[in-house]
Amino acid sequence: MNKLLNVSGSPHVHSGESVQKIMLSVIIALLPAFVVSVFYFGLPVIVLTLVSVGCCVLFEYLIQRFMMKVPTTISDGSAVVTGLLLAFNVPANLPIWMMVVGALVAIGIAKMPFGGLGHNLFNPALVARVFMLISFPVAMTTWPVPSPIWGFTDAITGPTPLGILKESATVNMGEMPRYLDLLVGQMGGSFGEISAIALLLGAIYLLWKRVITWHIPVSFILTVFIFSGIFYLIDPTQYANPFFHVLTGGLLLGAFFMATDMVTSPTTPSAMLVFGAGCGLITIIIRLFGAYPEGVSFSILLMNAMVPLLNRWFKPKTYAK
Amino acid sequence: MSKLKILTKGFFKENPSLILVLGTCPTLAVTTSVNNALGMGAATTFVLLMSNILISMLKNVIPDKIRIPCFIVIIATFVSMIDLIIQGFLPALSASLGVFIPLIVVNCIVLGRAEAFASKNPVFDSFLDGLGMGIGFTISLVLIAAVREVLGAGSFLGFTFVPSDYNMLLFVLAPGAFIVYGFVMAAVRQILNNVEAKRKAKQATA
Repeated sequence: MNKLLNVSGSPHVHSGESVQKIMLSVIIALLPAFVVSVFYFGLPVIVLTLVSVGCCVLFEYLIQRFMMKVPTTISDGSAVVTGLLLAFNVPANLPIWMMVVGALVAIGIAKMPFGGLGHNLFNPALVARVFMLISFPVAMTTWPVPSPIWGFTDAITGPTPLGILKESATVNMGEMPRYLDLLVGQMGGSFGEISAIALLLGAIYLLWKRVITWHIPVSFILTVFIFSGIFYLIDPTQYANPFFHVLTGGLLLGAFFMATDMVTSPTTPSAMLVFGAGCGLITIIIRLFGAYPEGVSFSILLMNAMVPLLNRWFKPKTYAK
Repeated sequence: MSKLKILTKGFFKENPSLILVLGTCPTLAVTTSVNNALGMGAATTFVLLMSNILISMLKNVIPDKIRIPCFIVIIATFVSMIDLIIQGFLPALSASLGVFIPLIVVNCIVLGRAEAFASKNPVFDSFLDGLGMGIGFTISLVLIAAVREVLGAGSFLGFTFVPSDYNMLLFVLAPGAFIVYGFVMAAVRQILNNVEAKRKAKQATA
């Protein structure tokens, strides 16, 4: 048949984008943060990441092959990204078996029962992270102190900056890491969230590749900044300053890499802005008044549940109607 | 419907909490341990049995317009009885089940069987129906509780066999109840479908 006459329905222009390409961009964007955490926490980071990614892919394959009996989709890379993000959300000294359980929860509870990629209501990595946080409260909140790879201090554990903030009645910035430390990653925490600069590098790459848009991260971070700023202005001895809130904890990782997950975030720009603002508001409420020191994962999960509603509220108007 | 079918349909095929999705509140709340599940199942079975029998006996006397209040009064009587019995003889169980024993009064399974079965059928059939539904409810509670107790507390019927470092606390908390309920429901339905498909295939070849 003549190739020239072979016309398909519109759209005729294809951007060349595919699930695989998008997932590859996300993996590339996560690399700087990975390198920084290997630098600070050493070998365990590599082991945990490999276990997490390997188990996510393996479980997805097994479930699709033997339980759902459908062609497997592990080659699209979404399980790899879930595994990476899950690993980035745990302390570097987590026991390996907990990582395996986390991967099973991410794929076996949060992703495949809903129908796999594109159908999951909640971000699988975050579901698994919250599952582990509630199930293993001790292991998930024992943070190793970051030390450059040549220092032999891997047995020392210490609190996260937000943990210190929650424990003490007043803010004593003397106890806190300096801002330079927060930027490069010299602070306690889950191993993917420590370095602001590395995460921002990855985020810029994603924005440049147009995998994510600015709406969610900017409104998320801005909301956190504004609300922590208001409380800081009310009483600087009681509440930490807004720069501190933006740079600590999982905010940057969550805002750029997890709230922007295409499946579990709204589709229109205005809905994205509301989504991000909601995440920010819940995060700051949990951080300032909640029982947990950190609220990014809870806030994103709660707003994930709102996505179908947001999509309905902010439905674009049909042209000329 | 044969007498045996009336009894056994409640076990799996019309299981009140896994297939009919009735009585979800106690199903989610008391399945933290197998002991609680057995206690709750037994108490509910007793109430179902007695209220089914009595309502079936009185079905021609109860005026149609006020039948629901009448059913509730009968059910509440038996719930008060079982509540006092458990408080008197099993204080530990009473403490761990707490308010969920008195709440059997408003359990949809009990009222549902009264309305859907006992008020239309003879006494013996109602007795079998109540017994079957009660056993089915107990089966579903024990299934869910077994998963939650083993994963969440590392024990079964109170015997601990997994060190507490390896427990997954989430499963004994409320979210774990929803997750396990969903998975047990899916598994039981899948098995029933498979059985049904096999039976049909057999009929087709025969």
